[in-house]
Amino acid sequence: MTGRRTAKEPNRRPPIAVVVMAVIAVAVLALPLVGLLQRTPWSSLGTTLGEAATLEALRVSVVVSLLAAAVSVVLGLPLAWVLARLDFKGRPLVRAVVLLPMVLPPVVGGIALFFALGRRGLVGRALHNWFGVDTLIGTTAGAVIAAAFVSMPFFVITAEAGLRQLDPRLESAASTLGAGRWTVLRRITLPLLAPSLAAGATLSWARALGEFGATITFAGNHPGRTRTLPLAIAQANEAGRPEAAIAMSVLLIGVSLLILIGLRHRWIAPRSSRPESSPETSPS
Amino acid sequence: MTVYAAASLSEAFEDLATEYEAANPDVDVKLNFAGSARLAAQISAGARADVFASANAATMSRVVAEGRTAAPPVLFVRNRLALVVPIDNPGNVTELEDLSDDSLVLAVCAPEVPCGALAQAVLADAEVDADADTEETSVRAVLTKVTLGEADAGLVYATDVAAGGDKVAAVPLGPQIRFNDYPVAAVSNRDVAADFVDFVLGADGQRILWSHGFDSP
Repeated sequence: MTGRRTAKEPNRRPPIAVVVMAVIAVAVLALPLVGLLQRTPWSSLGTTLGEAATLEALRVSVVVSLLAAAVSVVLGLPLAWVLARLDFKGRPLVRAVVLLPMVLPPVVGGIALFFALGRRGLVGRALHNWFGVDTLIGTTAGAVIAAAFVSMPFFVITAEAGLRQLDPRLESAASTLGAGRWTVLRRITLPLLAPSLAAGATLSWARALGEFGATITFAGNHPGRTRTLPLAIAQANEAGRPEAAIAMSVLLIGVSLLILIGLRHRWIAPRSSRPESSPETSPS
Repeated sequence: MTVYAAASLSEAFEDLATEYEAANPDVDVKLNFAGSARLAAQISAGARADVFASANAATMSRVVAEGRTAAPPVLFVRNRLALVVPIDNPGNVTELEDLSDDSLVLAVCAPEVPCGALAQAVLADAEVDADADTEETSVRAVLTKVTLGEADAGLVYATDVAAGGDKVAAVPLGPQIRFNDYPVAAVSNRDVAADFVDFVLGADGQRILWSHGFDSP
């Protein structure tokens, strides 16, 4: 503090310490991936990825994760609305319960799903007696339920944040001008909410794509029905076939990266300085 | 001393370690249980193990090929396949042939892991065409699904039946010709490693292993 210096221009140089810590953070997150890529048998990658079993696992992964994301949106949107708009006593508790699957080990979710939906579970018994559902083990439906269990919170938290940021005056203005509830939702709320909903759906899709613990615990490992890429990777690893595990890991990382890069402008790095009224249309 | 042992050896090796420590008060035995393939990969990558006990010879041979064993591996027990059902037997399974019924929920080990390879061989011998609903990578995951009553039947090791407690029952399979042979080898050059291997192969060690359902090779 010399006193002579006046605060005309703020210091534009980034603080060194912050940059150093940020670089370390990137290294912590990215180094394992670099290690994986460095061990990848690139020459035989195509052969492994072209194997019928790999393609089958990829197909199951895509189907299960998309269905799980769809379930997350259909059930998660009303839930997000309730959490954002309704003021009720147990709301903090409900929100905590809804977000719990994000922090629980997925295998705990898988075991818990047994006690709910298993043949001897609370709801499972009813499914069995009323609808003749024999078991969810080894079924794609079971895999979708497990993936939705872990991925829905990602949609709910994103959609709820979007709803909270929405200016309620726009909706009330529309009602004042004579729009019915349904019209307000369709013409005002949902279009304004679209970026959040897209981000939330994509995020929950990406999470469902990487789901492992709840799936193998609750839905088991059945080729063509519940054996997703993560399950196939774990199996190859346990069976002493690290090359196959690495090749499928590279595939899964590639697909996940594409999804997350697609999210970039929406959620991960929102452009707060500029309104998103003129979205970039350039293909990226 | 650190002993790496296959998951199916868990209870037996805990007993072995307790007995060995009682006889050798200056030795502290640390046990690490996991699937044999994972343990083999860890040892090949340089993990500080003194002894390795694997659930099949193929997995052990990978560690031998890497030059990580201090002495040639020796077979010390064998394990049989067992058919387990929930204690109330909802699928009414009474013999191996019943597993060809597709409406049964059947859990087995994946063919790549030792217990899965054994199950496949036994089913093929009996000419039973069983469609498994789930292929687990660990024999204990198969047992859990039966214990919870979520699977009507599961193929596990004979030694796993006891771990299922009063929630599972074993269906007699008749005389068997297929076994998984378990090799053990000293990984480090320490005297205590060779001594522990001798203990496992000796009368006291074998008696403990029998009490857990293992057979002598």
